[in-house]
Amino acid sequence: MAGSLEQETVKFVAMTGNEAVAEAMRQINPDVVAAYPITPQTEIVQIFSTFVADGLVKTEFVTVESEHSAMSATIGAAAAGARAMTATSSQGFALMWEMLYIAAGLRLPIVMPVVNRALSSPINIHCDHSDTMGARDSGWIQIFSENAQEAYDNLIQAVRIAESRDVLLPAMVCMDGFIVSHGMESVKLLMDEEVRGFIGEYEPAYSLLDVDHPITVGALDFADWYFEHKRQEAAAEAPVAEVVLKVGEEYGKLTGRSYGLFEAYRLDDAEVAVVALGSTAGTAKAVVDELRQKGVRAGLLKIRLYRPFPKDAIVRALSGVKAIAVLDRSDTFSTMGGPVFIDIKASMYDLMHGEHGEHGEHDAHGAQDAREARDMQGPRIVNYIYGLGGRDIDLEQIRKVYERLQAIVATGETGEPVSYLGVRE
Amino acid sequence: MANLRELSRKGELLTGGHRACAGCGAPVAVRQVLKAVDTPVVVGCATGCLEVTTTIYPYSAWNVPFIHSAFENVAATVSGIEAAYRSLKRQGKIQRDIQFVAFGGDGGTYDIGFQSLSGAMERGHDMVYICYDNQAYMNTGIQRSSATPRGAATTTSPAGRVITAGKTQYRKDLTAVMAAHDIPYVAQTTIGHWNDLITKVRKAFEVEGPAFVNILTPCRLGWQIDPADSIEICRKAVDTCFWPLYEVENGVWKITLKPREKKPITEWLRPQGRFRHLFKPGNEKLIEEIQADVDRRWEMLQKRCEVGG
Repeated sequence: MAGSLEQETVKFVAMTGNEAVAEAMRQINPDVVAAYPITPQTEIVQIFSTFVADGLVKTEFVTVESEHSAMSATIGAAAAGARAMTATSSQGFALMWEMLYIAAGLRLPIVMPVVNRALSSPINIHCDHSDTMGARDSGWIQIFSENAQEAYDNLIQAVRIAESRDVLLPAMVCMDGFIVSHGMESVKLLMDEEVRGFIGEYEPAYSLLDVDHPITVGALDFADWYFEHKRQEAAAEAPVAEVVLKVGEEYGKLTGRSYGLFEAYRLDDAEVAVVALGSTAGTAKAVVDELRQKGVRAGLLKIRLYRPFPKDAIVRALSGVKAIAVLDRSDTFSTMGGPVFIDIKASMYDLMHGEHGEHGEHDAHGAQDAREARDMQGPRIVNYIYGLGGRDIDLEQIRKVYERLQAIVATGETGEPVSYLGVRE
Repeated sequence: MANLRELSRKGELLTGGHRACAGCGAPVAVRQVLKAVDTPVVVGCATGCLEVTTTIYPYSAWNVPFIHSAFENVAATVSGIEAAYRSLKRQGKIQRDIQFVAFGGDGGTYDIGFQSLSGAMERGHDMVYICYDNQAYMNTGIQRSSATPRGAATTTSPAGRVITAGKTQYRKDLTAVMAAHDIPYVAQTTIGHWNDLITKVRKAFEVEGPAFVNILTPCRLGWQIDPADSIEICRKAVDTCFWPLYEVENGVWKITLKPREKKPITEWLRPQGRFRHLFKPGNEKLIEEIQADVDRRWEMLQKRCEVGG
């Protein structure tokens, strides 16, 4: 296979998540990067600045005066036919919020690493997912990473996913602030030419710089057109999962590391399972292994593609589980639990009522699973909100979660649907 | 100096058929600006009257590439376009010379877009920023901005029974603020002075790096004037020294049109319905204060021009 990786060419290096992401950005070599520093993303901007200063990239680097301008300039660059990137965290992400919707509405395939950090108030610089969860309905593709390797791999794949002509949507690649961004790990890097080959030359569908064919970008839609354009945007989300799978598979051929919509860890015959995203999945895997040694049928579903939400595949993967705990590193403050919990519960509703899924090849299979699951009345689902503002989550806490799931299976009693893990009540 | 015959032969880059009001100064400003540039141009536009009247889907009045993304960010958006251009040109993917222009109203420039503008100017993007200053938030229905002059009645600074002045604060002198950015070219002009406008905008495009041109652009609804008087009222703004025509080229301040005789401020105020209340008995002092402020600013400008020139 062309571009296949020989073992001796693999670079294996110790890197933080931020370093790995900055390295991926160097290899992607975007035409334009417009960025503003914010903890814990700052290193990405700093490291990338040295690449620019040392002439290692062709990138025009725009040192904007705010994140609002970072996203605005990135939008301008993307509309001008450039491969354009930015990166942010937390308050900066919140400041971009208006422009996130515009990037998606204009169908600009911008790629943005986000280093997840809590939102004020109170001000806090450490990890939770409140920032990106706040934009889960913005039309952006959201991909979560467990560790530095995944952040690196996901960023490279995100370019292909966003720029796919079937998609043309912006994509953010999320990694946990400090835990991943500042944690030193062993990361396998691709060669520059492999990244270049994998992402290919960017050929924009339209460009403002094509002055012989002037286009109007960002026109005013009234009630006669707005709805159709937003409907088209919604339709663009539909093929994303398939593109993510295709790109993930191709990436696997190149690197030996394949990626799906999620990772099902010892889930096949699991009776109890945790759903998580980000670095916590790594901690949960250790607990799963422990429990498996004790004969407990424990599993984990780690969500990778969070938006658009791959409902059907997730339902299929969880349909045989008897009790599920969804771990949310953010709250919706709606008394409904965390955002992932709400999504999982909504997805499982159809399963329990035998009307699972949309039509398609996968769904015949899903409907079968659905019928089986209906016979079992479907899984019991509980929610834990944990780790806000960087509060540690440890093995012991996750053990307790699995213990509760086992008790739910044994007694049939679910108890409180939403609990807070590791907090002083 | 611009040649009217020559200009009239140039094609229209902003076509007719847009939905701006009769007598609106904004399309006049845009047409004059676009006539001043000979290279292909890419336009960015802040949310506002200009954008909403010219790009109602599925129509567009723009014969040039155009982007609107939000209200407060046209300078940042055009920064990104200009950065893309520099990057792609350096890579040999683009050969053409292209110019970049951002249009914002006073709300999108003096107020909500000020940070974005200041940042783009400081970074030195090769772009021209045009403020079409109609002295209030006209698109949302005539609310006061920091460009609204003292004494103007707007829907958020009405002339009331207790607050009789209308807007109580003086306007921000944005042109001077932009000059303080020490960029290669800053100027202010009006749509009523086409030759001055086109000469200045040409200079703005010619310089390397950022340029800012503030264009007094009447809104016949907000100013409460006859649509036929949009050009004439600009001349009164200049003749009373309320809106002097000047430029700051590489730090050198220069008045480009000195009125032969400085007219009293009432000649600018009286024709406009937004200042009607100032002429009611009891408000004489307000007019005196406004005159004093105009005098003070005019003196200051002349001093700057003496020193700079």
